[in-house]
Amino acid sequence: MYPVLIATVTVAVIGFVMGMLLITVGKKFKVEVDEKQLAVREYLPGNNCGGCGYAGCDAMAAAIAKGEAPVNGCPVGGAPVAEKISQVMGVSADAQEKQVAFVKCAGTCEHTSQQSNYIGIHDCAAAVSSGLSPWACDYGCLGLGTCEKACPFGAIHVVNGVAVVDRSLCKACGKCVSACPKHLIELIPDKASYAVRCSSKDRGPAVKKNCDIGCIGCKLCVKQCEHEAITVENNIAHIDYEKCVGCGKCAEKCPAKAIVMR
Amino acid sequence: MNSLFLIIITTALIDNVVLSQFLGICSFLGVSKQIKTSASLGAAVIFVITIASAVANLLYTFILEPLDLTYLNTIVFILVIATLVQIVEMFLKKVAPPLYQALGIYLPLITTNCAVLGVALTNVQDGYNFVESVVAGFGTAVGYTIAIVVLAGIRERIDESAIPAPFRGAPVVLLSAALMSIAFMGFSGLSLG
Repeated sequence: MYPVLIATVTVAVIGFVMGMLLITVGKKFKVEVDEKQLAVREYLPGNNCGGCGYAGCDAMAAAIAKGEAPVNGCPVGGAPVAEKISQVMGVSADAQEKQVAFVKCAGTCEHTSQQSNYIGIHDCAAAVSSGLSPWACDYGCLGLGTCEKACPFGAIHVVNGVAVVDRSLCKACGKCVSACPKHLIELIPDKASYAVRCSSKDRGPAVKKNCDIGCIGCKLCVKQCEHEAITVENNIAHIDYEKCVGCGKCAEKCPAKAIVMR
Repeated sequence: MNSLFLIIITTALIDNVVLSQFLGICSFLGVSKQIKTSASLGAAVIFVITIASAVANLLYTFILEPLDLTYLNTIVFILVIATLVQIVEMFLKKVAPPLYQALGIYLPLITTNCAVLGVALTNVQDGYNFVESVVAGFGTAVGYTIAIVVLAGIRERIDESAIPAPFRGAPVVLLSAALMSIAFMGFSGLSLG
């Protein structure tokens, strides 16, 4: 009986001490987790794409709960998520406009031509670092699909030598915008009806020589626009989407057809 | 000093905990898909095993041996290890949140890792003193980390190559682990003396 008793008591005592230790340590090192943070995290999409600028959805939830990030800061979730989070946080969300990525180049194989063959790593950044442009236009899409690889949602594809965004799949996370070494991709409002599909800063004749669908900087669109929404800077037209009403007069008059209806 | 170095070499390479003693196989196969995560797990294991072998040794020398209860070492060690991992987890969560996040789910997983218990028991078996136990624990954990990181590296390559359909997934991983084990047998030819 005696050894059994000692064994039992010893293990019981050790177990008790360990238990007490856990309780003490647990109290001493208690970490307050904000309930709001958990609730906010619940509504975030969980892609961890980093489109909001934070390390992931967890970090974003923490930032929102602390009030450091706006409730509508998640570009992927958009308005529905912003609304739910704003309910959690008890503030009203200004309905955030849905944005989509837009590739400002239309230089497909029919419109422009290749001046050299690029044989190397199948990546735009690598092609740019070679110092030579395979296409006639120095500003245009290389079509090697770096944006395609960067997109976590499969919303951007190279079609006929130019990247094209699938608007229904695009979540405006901005990955492609930063991936494109030619800085061709811009986030524009989804409801915008017209856009300049060219990025060439060359002067008119040079653009015409290289590509038959490039903006030549003629400023006809500027004159057409009744809302002063278009400006031409560095030989390239730019539409201010806050002023644009979508009348389409610019696209009608554009001699190069560089302004397109989307 | 020399003997401590020998202990490290022995535990890390010659008697590699995974590849020679076949302990901790579960996490070895389960968490070796990516080098990054397996390295995190390795770090957590080094951390826990080193502390666990120290505490287990103290408990054994000062409580179990005087009371003639050495046969209880398994159950007591499990108790200690489980508590220890919990405490370490709480401590890290409060004091070093980045480290806690890096180790993530692996810390609690280690509670049930037989390698940890194995080290504590082997130390007793080999009659190591306190310092030797700690060094042996550290060496074993380093051996575990080497094994799991190497396997993760192999698996990352395997994922990209064409494997015959019946071998895909677990079979090819087991085969790789077996080949690694054979390779590690080469270390048993090291003459330490």
